[in-house]
Amino acid sequence: MAVNDYIRERFFPHLWCAGCGHGIVLNGLIRAVEKLGMSRNEIVMVSGIGCSSRISGYMDFHTLHTIHGRALAFATGVKLSKPELNVIVPMGDGDALSIGGNHFIHAARRNIAITAIVMNNRIYGMTGGQYSPLTGPGMLATTAPYSNIDQSFDIVEMAKAAGATFVARTTTYHVHQMADIIRSAILHEGFSVVEVMSQCPTYFGRKNKQGGAVEMMKRMKEITTPIGSKKKVENPDLIERGIFVELDKPEYCSEYNQIIERAMGGY
Amino acid sequence: MAKAKLKEHRINREWCKGCGICVAFCPKEVLELDEQDKAVAVRIEDCIACRMCELRCPDLAIEVVVEKQESAT
Repeated sequence: MAVNDYIRERFFPHLWCAGCGHGIVLNGLIRAVEKLGMSRNEIVMVSGIGCSSRISGYMDFHTLHTIHGRALAFATGVKLSKPELNVIVPMGDGDALSIGGNHFIHAARRNIAITAIVMNNRIYGMTGGQYSPLTGPGMLATTAPYSNIDQSFDIVEMAKAAGATFVARTTTYHVHQMADIIRSAILHEGFSVVEVMSQCPTYFGRKNKQGGAVEMMKRMKEITTPIGSKKKVENPDLIERGIFVELDKPEYCSEYNQIIERAMGGY
Repeated sequence: MAKAKLKEHRINREWCKGCGICVAFCPKEVLELDEQDKAVAVRIEDCIACRMCELRCPDLAIEVVVEKQESAT
């Protein structure tokens, strides 16, 4: 199928700003699904609120646009009722780890087969550039004009600690890696977390004098390195990208089905 | 596998927002922004059909169309 077969063309051009990284995630996601050869009917996309969450309106899958931070709760309901479907939950950093922080860790703990894609642009873009739990200390935001003092979460470490059985990180610069990782994440039988470092040139980039989309993407190339690379030893500040965790553990829907069988055993 | 031969860059001017990502990251400097800030392929003969512009376009506005190649024997 061609790219345009996966999108709702009537909503294009999309609402994201020029150079927004979320568009590149949309692009990568389409490539991943295309490579998998999945039918649009086999995929359910559930999103919450935020710039990133608008992606569910653009994809021509079964889609639910739900409430802020609660996409994973809705997705859990969808997956439990129809475990044969592939459920993908695209989220922003605020949606996933601030408003939806508890849903995030508990979905990971349960190891339910859902693919969570965290599009991390380190800011609340849609509402005007407020700092998020991923903004990080020293950065500027509309609500932190004298610089932010909040420490940030590490999405990968948090997902690992919460029990996610597939954890990966990539960026909007590394588009081939992004498509490959999303593909593996969708195929994984368990809770998968993919952090995609994304750029918000409008708020994060401009406020922090990081330039436009091109400069922000060049920066992502400079500040990241593949997992276990030599460069990381020389410069520990580099952010690693790749697949950190890929584990085989009991999946929630399969376990739940066994409970149903056991409970029905006497009838 | 045979090398892909470029046919055309299909650019959707309605969708292109002129962010310049395709222009900046093209390894062969094939693309430019025109006076309306829309991407155009100006050095088509240099294109190696790597499709990095297509894959990195946030607006799904560019497609690298290649001629069908018979696989090398």
